[in-house]
Amino acid sequence: MTEKIDIKGEKDMPAMAMSLGLMDWNKTGSWRNLRPVIDYEKCTRCMICWKFCPDACILIRDEEPVIDYDYCKGCLICAEECPRDAISVVKEE
Amino acid sequence: MIEIRFHGRGGQGTVVASKALADALMIEGKWVQTFPEYGVERRGAPVVSFTRIDDKRIYLRCKIYQPDHVVVMDPTLMEVIDVTAGLKSGGWVIINSGKDPSFFEVPDKFRVRTFDATSVAVKYGLGSKAAPIVNMPMLAAFSKITGFVGLKALLEAVREESPIKKEENVQAAKEAFEKA
Amino acid sequence: MKKVVMGNHALSYGAMLARAQVIAAYPITPQTEVVGFLSELCADKLLDAKFIKVESEHSAMAASIGASAVGARTFTATSAQGLALMHEMLHWAVGARTPVVLGNINRAMGPPWTIWTDQNDSLSQRDTGLIQYYCESNQEVLDTVIQAFKVSENERVLLPAMIVLDAFVLSHTSEVVDMPDQELVDKYLPRRKATYRVDPKDPHSFGNLTGPDRYYELRYKIERSMREAEGLIKEADEEFDKLFGRKYGLIETHQIEDAETILVASATVAGTARTVVDELRAKGEKIGLVRVRVFRPFPFQEIRKAIENAHRVMVIDRNISFGHSGIFYQEVKAAMYNQPRRPPIFGYIAGLGGRDVTPETIAEIIEDAGKRDRSEEDIIWIGLKP
Repeated sequence: MTEKIDIKGEKDMPAMAMSLGLMDWNKTGSWRNLRPVIDYEKCTRCMICWKFCPDACILIRDEEPVIDYDYCKGCLICAEECPRDAISVVKEE
Repeated sequence: MIEIRFHGRGGQGTVVASKALADALMIEGKWVQTFPEYGVERRGAPVVSFTRIDDKRIYLRCKIYQPDHVVVMDPTLMEVIDVTAGLKSGGWVIINSGKDPSFFEVPDKFRVRTFDATSVAVKYGLGSKAAPIVNMPMLAAFSKITGFVGLKALLEAVREESPIKKEENVQAAKEAFEKA
Repeated sequence: MKKVVMGNHALSYGAMLARAQVIAAYPITPQTEVVGFLSELCADKLLDAKFIKVESEHSAMAASIGASAVGARTFTATSAQGLALMHEMLHWAVGARTPVVLGNINRAMGPPWTIWTDQNDSLSQRDTGLIQYYCESNQEVLDTVIQAFKVSENERVLLPAMIVLDAFVLSHTSEVVDMPDQELVDKYLPRRKATYRVDPKDPHSFGNLTGPDRYYELRYKIERSMREAEGLIKEADEEFDKLFGRKYGLIETHQIEDAETILVASATVAGTARTVVDELRAKGEKIGLVRVRVFRPFPFQEIRKAIENAHRVMVIDRNISFGHSGIFYQEVKAAMYNQPRRPPIFGYIAGLGGRDVTPETIAEIIEDAGKRDRSEEDIIWIGLKP
């Protein structure tokens, strides 16, 4: 992970807007109010969810789809597209 | 400063001739500036090109309105345009033609010479018989008649500026230089 | 080695000698020979550069920004409508701090359709943040490409530069150019080293959404770099002089020391004006010339110093800001407003759309200004057919 630069003023900045904000620190998962959850009993590992996720938040770990909740914004396209209805929707509390 | 204007028709190599003249003069240590009439060139249409020569750097940046000399690549232009427009008194008018200079109606205050560059170009296979590229033999004739450029620098420039048939162009220029 | 070279080829030779690594350009009259010649040089391996064929000038600059962002020395060239189409990407090149060098052949804007010279295309890009050099000779065009890379790639600058030359009057005019030796150029301008660059091994985001809390500072940094460039252009010019024996400055002055009348001009008009100044000097008239070579960053101090003691100053503009006046005139006048010594400044428009600017045109300007005490008109048209 890239170190977060403490920018107080122009002297701390590079010439261009470079790494002024990094996705390493900008955990967009906090925007989510509905959470997709994969039921691995129903899941056939077809990876359609992986293909459709617009934010590349479905990772492939040991040939299984795994949702990266640090960045998943809860758009639920994965749940919509899953042909086996293996992704359920849970309210974030 | 000496200013020369070239008249020709698109496809005869007029612009290249003015450039080759500039090259030759640069080889001989002069400052030169050469440019075509700014615009759109078309085959067969009258074209104009200019060369400025000086012993010092040339700062002047405009067209040439009062040339010291003119070169006419195509005799049929004599009837179409006033090739002596703005020409300074005593200036050379050198016309590509096999006819006697007196055939052309040029005011007495100019010096007229003709040289048959077309037959030299045809002899060396420059261009086609219908549309021979007369620029290099004509430039050679101009160089000889005015004495502005020596043969050595001229041939070097002709070789440099001929896009194809370099040897033929050099031979044609040499023959024209000797004959003129 | 001396060669008789057209302006478009001088520009191309500059890019070749600077060892440009990427060239992305789209042909447009009167710049076409630049694209043709550079692609030939690449094809013949005389220039080891990637030549990217693009479908528009917008893409040409977009590709150039990409190439420059990974640290490559990048060159492009265009003219008039092509430059206008690039406009959005010019802002991007500045904000992204990509030191692309762009050759612009000054061509008037259409309609009516035109291919001849004036400065409205490049001056319309005045506020994008590109460094702008206006050249007077083909030698200067070639030399300035090399100098421009050195200045732009300096990490205190990191701004793209535009090298401007007049359509036909330079682009298609051939004249003697002393070709700099490649070894010396390499010594003067080593391979680019970019500290900030796109590198997959060291991922960073570039140019992403930046809020009001930081955008303002980034603009300040561009302006500060522009001011840095002013000094660095002079330094680069002096270093160039040591190696190659030629220098140009931010402005060039001629016969101004005791001049009561000073002409201010740019590009090739300045050359013709110089011949008129010399003729009048020979007749004993106290007249001088200032040629503005670098327009951005605007050389305030040098211009103030050059003209403050004159009795009258005439600025010749081959451009017009409609509804205002000539652009160099506006800027020169504005530079003097807060000064204790302010000569009357007269603004002349001449040579739009390639109308020839001859010694007679310049003489007419001098004569006209001689009849005026104060500048009451903001625009004086010279050579207008009533």
